[in-house]
Amino acid sequence: MLSRTADNLFWLSRYVERAENMARLMEMGYRMAMMPAVGDGNRSEWESVLSASGCHAGYDPNAPLRQEEVANFLIFSRENPSSILNCFEAARASARAMRTAITAEMWEALNNALMELRRPSMHNLAKNDLPEFIDWVKRQGSLFRGTTDSTLLRNDGYDFIRLGTFIERADNTARLLDVKYYVLLPETSMVGDGVDNYQWTTVLRAASSLRAFHWVYRDDYSPYRIAHFLILNPFSPRSLAHCSEQITQHLERLARHYGQRRPVHGEAVEMYSMLTQSDMEEIFATGLHGFLNDFQARNRALSAAIAETYYFGGQ
Amino acid sequence: MFNEMKMDDQVREPYRALVEWMEASGPEVLEQKRLEAETLFRKIGITFAVYGEGGDPERLIPFDLIPRIFTAGEWRKLERGVKQRARALNTFLYDVYHNAEIIKAGIVPADLVFKNAAFEPAVIGIDPPRKVYSHIVGVDIVRTGPEDFYVLEDNCRTPSGVSYMLENREIMMRMFPDLFKSLRIEPVESYPDMLLKTLKSIAPDKCDRDPNIVVLTPGAMNSAYYEHSFLADQMGVELVEGQDLFVSDGRVYMRTTRGPERVDVIYRRIDDDYIDPLCFRSDSVLGIPGLMNVYRSGGVAICSAPGAGVADDKAVYTYVPDMIRFYLGQEPILNNVPTWKCGKPDDLKYVLENLGELVVKEVHGSGGYGMLVGPASTKEEQVAYAQRIKADPGDFIAQPTLALSACPTFVESGIAPRHVDFRPFCLVGDTIRLAPGGLTRVAMREGSLVVNSSQGGGVKDTWIMTD
Repeated sequence: MLSRTADNLFWLSRYVERAENMARLMEMGYRMAMMPAVGDGNRSEWESVLSASGCHAGYDPNAPLRQEEVANFLIFSRENPSSILNCFEAARASARAMRTAITAEMWEALNNALMELRRPSMHNLAKNDLPEFIDWVKRQGSLFRGTTDSTLLRNDGYDFIRLGTFIERADNTARLLDVKYYVLLPETSMVGDGVDNYQWTTVLRAASSLRAFHWVYRDDYSPYRIAHFLILNPFSPRSLAHCSEQITQHLERLARHYGQRRPVHGEAVEMYSMLTQSDMEEIFATGLHGFLNDFQARNRALSAAIAETYYFGGQ
Repeated sequence: MFNEMKMDDQVREPYRALVEWMEASGPEVLEQKRLEAETLFRKIGITFAVYGEGGDPERLIPFDLIPRIFTAGEWRKLERGVKQRARALNTFLYDVYHNAEIIKAGIVPADLVFKNAAFEPAVIGIDPPRKVYSHIVGVDIVRTGPEDFYVLEDNCRTPSGVSYMLENREIMMRMFPDLFKSLRIEPVESYPDMLLKTLKSIAPDKCDRDPNIVVLTPGAMNSAYYEHSFLADQMGVELVEGQDLFVSDGRVYMRTTRGPERVDVIYRRIDDDYIDPLCFRSDSVLGIPGLMNVYRSGGVAICSAPGAGVADDKAVYTYVPDMIRFYLGQEPILNNVPTWKCGKPDDLKYVLENLGELVVKEVHGSGGYGMLVGPASTKEEQVAYAQRIKADPGDFIAQPTLALSACPTFVESGIAPRHVDFRPFCLVGDTIRLAPGGLTRVAMREGSLVVNSSQGGGVKDTWIMTD
């Protein structure tokens, strides 16, 4: 397939996933803000959502760090390249630039999402009923992945789409966990108290993993297990381990399809082994924040290596 | 004015079944269907951008539900006439880039060809595969009476609109399955297949395998982008931009995830001026540097061939009947509209004296821009236009204001006649192919004769009935 098409497919799915994860980040901020303040009450959930989204630098330093302003920035701002609106605009532009590489059903999912999001009524919904708006965004992501799953040929294009999804999802799960870091006072001092547990379950909830967690671990909400579920547990669909496993698998499929293994395949396997060989105690001991930062850097490098290999490689 | 559906208060034969159905259904059902159709178009994303308006780059082209219908007999005549024209135009193109016999014979003036902006000295003496230059000829036809068809212009470069022919039919079949079951309407869906066969048949000499074909588009911002991607998809070939292609060792390649892949036939939807910055406009970022060298050495085929535009110039148009006589030894089956060439002093005098009755066009214009429709213009507009003509008479032609036929069309006040034209798409390769159908364009405004989609025109499905 055309290198440009592969590039578009990869970014298309990244943008859809990013939009959905922006919504998940907001869901977390929204729920955490409903908890009574800890300590001197100087915390700001919405500031941590901004930090974790990676968009803090673009936010007007004089604007209040309240739900309405921050959510508006994360959803509708044209200046914020990762705003949900810009994500859907970019996804649809990518789709339009390679209409022949996606199915009519996928196109309709993306096209309708953007058309609806551009309606003025969506501003009111986001303002008056943020949880409902967040659900809407999550549904658009599900629609896109669902139509992809049920209509797209399982050729190399499918692999590029899935690579985009899991690279972005891994990045975003790491970010979700990091909100917790930003909100929480030094991790060890508070572990186990009521607020702390509530915050950890909020992370789970934003990852749509509350029930899944119960099934896997039964009743215990320890931070240790929640972090394990989202980082190392290969059965959790949003865990770093699962994303990494999927990335490895789709790269393997490409290697088979093209009959050629490249350095990027080794890098992916290495990242996956790093996750399967870590244990949670070690991660907490050396610092969760540092671990997540390292992971994100590796993930970014892998994304660049995929581009290098398939978009410009050998030409 | 000839109403294609009704003559002397009688419904004409080809429309009878449709009218019965419409009367049986009633206006509510039709209105419902009309809304459904619009939703379908919006969903599929069939759009047409209008340049220079700064509005929605993905505007919907108005689609009218009521089809335009030809009998099998009417179509047979059109078909023969269009094929004849396509053959003559291609023979003319080969001639002017080789021995120029038609100029030596004194039939077409040399200046008109060799000083024409669309004439490409870069391809003089080159033999394109099968000696074909214009592989897709869009012939714009108007009707003024039951037996009276005129060719308004030829489009030899990259005529657009065929995706509407195909999508209009898709939508109509989805909305009116019963009509399609009970009437016998020629299918048009073979067009993409025919196009692919045509493109394969013009593979260059150096191609020693099943040719690799691509559609070259200027990109998603182009007004006809939907059509480019639609055709590539229907044929199952890659849709590429200039940046995806490069020249190496005398061949053209595209950048793929597997590495470079050779390309043999390029169906380009960008103008000559932009296809190769080394040969034509050096500021073009849409083209492929070195493409023309590969083309000249037989390493790649380009559809339409560079230089094909010289045959569809509005001044050259006036000589097409002579071409048919000269090259084919036949009388033209389809007539030209009588045309005054302002470059000729006598014609110029007549045109200036009768501006109020005529339609005046720029020779190199297209898309309905920059024309004067005499009967619909004000005195001031006519005076201003006369100044433009006098400044450069050779740039203008004039034609009588034809009483274009009208077809019943949905408008705000209900169903009313609106003027239509017709563009069939003739394919020229190893043989000449023509799908039984074409694009009917309709002027949505009452009395308007301008059917161009860039000027608010709409489209209709076109039905050719079988015997």
